[in-house]
Amino acid sequence: MNLRLISLIRKEFIQILRDPRTLILVLIMPIMQLFLLGYAATNDVRNVPLAVFDQDRSPAARKLLAAYRTADYFELAYEVDSEEELRGLIDGSQARVGLIIPPDYSTQVNGNGQAQVTIILDGSDPTSASTALSAAQLIGQQHATQINAERIARQRSLSGLRQPLEVRTQVWYNPDMISAYFMIPGVIGMILFALTSILTATAVVRERERGTIEQLIVTPIRSGELVVGKILPYVILAFLMVIEVMTIGHYWFKVPIEGNLWLIMGVSGLFLLTSLGIGLLASTFARTQQEAMLIVWFTLLPSLFLSGFFFPLEAMPKFLQWISYLMPLRYYLAVIRSLMLKGVGIQVIQTEVIALAIFGFGLMTAAALRFRKRLD
Amino acid sequence: MMPEYLIDASNLRKHFGGLHAVDGVDLRVASGEIYGLMGPDGAGKTTTIRLLCGALQPTAGKEQPTQILIGGVDMLRQTELARQQIGYLPQRFSLYEDLTVLENIHFFAQARGLQDRDWRPRCMEILQFVGLAEFLDRRTGHLSGGMKQKLGLAAALVHRPRLLLLDEPTTGVDPVTRQDFWQLIIRLAAEGNQNGRSTAVLISTPYMDEAARCTRVGFLRQGRLVVEDTPARLRTRLQAQVVEVVGRPLPLMRRLTSKEPGVEDVQMFGDRLHLRVQEGQAEAVMEHLNQVLPEQGCQISRLRTIPAQLEDIFISLLEIK
Repeated sequence: MNLRLISLIRKEFIQILRDPRTLILVLIMPIMQLFLLGYAATNDVRNVPLAVFDQDRSPAARKLLAAYRTADYFELAYEVDSEEELRGLIDGSQARVGLIIPPDYSTQVNGNGQAQVTIILDGSDPTSASTALSAAQLIGQQHATQINAERIARQRSLSGLRQPLEVRTQVWYNPDMISAYFMIPGVIGMILFALTSILTATAVVRERERGTIEQLIVTPIRSGELVVGKILPYVILAFLMVIEVMTIGHYWFKVPIEGNLWLIMGVSGLFLLTSLGIGLLASTFARTQQEAMLIVWFTLLPSLFLSGFFFPLEAMPKFLQWISYLMPLRYYLAVIRSLMLKGVGIQVIQTEVIALAIFGFGLMTAAALRFRKRLD
Repeated sequence: MMPEYLIDASNLRKHFGGLHAVDGVDLRVASGEIYGLMGPDGAGKTTTIRLLCGALQPTAGKEQPTQILIGGVDMLRQTELARQQIGYLPQRFSLYEDLTVLENIHFFAQARGLQDRDWRPRCMEILQFVGLAEFLDRRTGHLSGGMKQKLGLAAALVHRPRLLLLDEPTTGVDPVTRQDFWQLIIRLAAEGNQNGRSTAVLISTPYMDEAARCTRVGFLRQGRLVVEDTPARLRTRLQAQVVEVVGRPLPLMRRLTSKEPGVEDVQMFGDRLHLRVQEGQAEAVMEHLNQVLPEQGCQISRLRTIPAQLEDIFISLLEIK
């Protein structure tokens, strides 16, 4: 590294350490959020994507499916031919719920037997999973009552009547449906996004606001060096915060870390490009630290609400779901939750990773193009 | 021999929307000069200096392109190379208040490319020079205004620039520190040139009395350079054109004198008035006043021509159409 860059980074670190109040706030904020958001509010869930593995393919099975579809809790999104396929869809979060209908379903239901269907839930999002769970059981029971009514009509007697349908539920990934499991990876995403973009934006604007940029301008420090020198200390700070949240999340809230730690750090680094890019871009528009902060907040709020951080995306109206595709945080949250709770590999999350890369490099390039080592 | 110009700028121009902050200024500062950029607030002094160090992009001129050569290097094309020759002290304090004196100098020394073994002796030398050697570990935010200015000068000097651009360094500084500061500037200009390195200083100031310390002075008004000369020659401009009147009552005398034909301007200085009169009119005006003022009930105790102060000259320059 060249001397100019080293001098810039050292200076920035001295300044960070000289402002202990900000530093303490920055380090305490993640912990505060962890404990506040460790308990999430429940929400109505609708149109949860459902994958069906129908081994029976009989009119009776179709009736059961129709029962699941008529209540708009579920949306029949996939029909699969194997349990592996079902698992793949849930791993990739394309489906939230799986329904397995056994090959003897119609025989049992049409005879006097008891059919067992299995509902698989993705517990990594416990808010939607718990609603889906009760909905699935309720629909199953209603359908069973209906079958019983048909049986009574057929037999004209109540004797020998037994429960025709048993819905067994399996919850994958977060069997106890602890909401902390869902929130803590989210907190990592929020901290990376909010804190780093605010910190970079204000750190850059501070030079302008306090007039120190005037002396920097006449030094031979290049624009690129200035950008890297200002950003790098906050990258390090951001990774410290990620480690902080993961450590407390893992040892205090017992959130599993199933995925590869290097992969988690890697995608977090990729996502950092986005938040640094937003911070830097905001700094090129703002004249004061306050302005910079407001600009960042302006991008922050829609991100928080439209990324699936607080509210499940499935519960939103369609047009908001479309807008959510423009929120980089959405992709990162999907990736970090899958990585931490499901331990998936890179191939499952590659679409999200590509989206993150596009956002990151795009924003960084825009910021670098706008960043000028001048006063006007 | 042709003089070596450390600043050779032509057609400096900067417009902010409809405001023409600098409007076609040509500036040449030769080696060894202390050039004073004078003018009232808002005349374009700071903008001119910022254009010279490449902090602002000049507004493209219609007919003639802008050119800024610093020590022969083109600021607009080889910006960083040109900036290497500049030490710049902005009007506003521009060091880090949360760093100590030494950390600030260290940072700017390294940013200027001074190697590890070079920066400490150089920093000590320069802090000694400005008289801050005892305050190495003090936070810059805790320094007095004058000390901050000296530290700013030290930071601007750390890489031994050939051209020093100082933007109102003495504004808001006490008179003793102002003296110190000027002594430093004059020593710098002299020492640099004694060592065979051609150096020059461009300093802006709103204080008229400081013009006398410069080797050459330029007067900016509304973004244009209206006059440029040595302080000595500037003084001869209003020769025998300033009349001093002492007497009572002063307000009445002021009213009467300003109505007097041939009088261009009346300024009050404590217990007396300075009248600026049209060229060659001093005798006639004095004769007439000697007659008119007593008639109106004034007592004249002194009435004479005096040599023009630089202040008188600047006020007269402000009124040029």
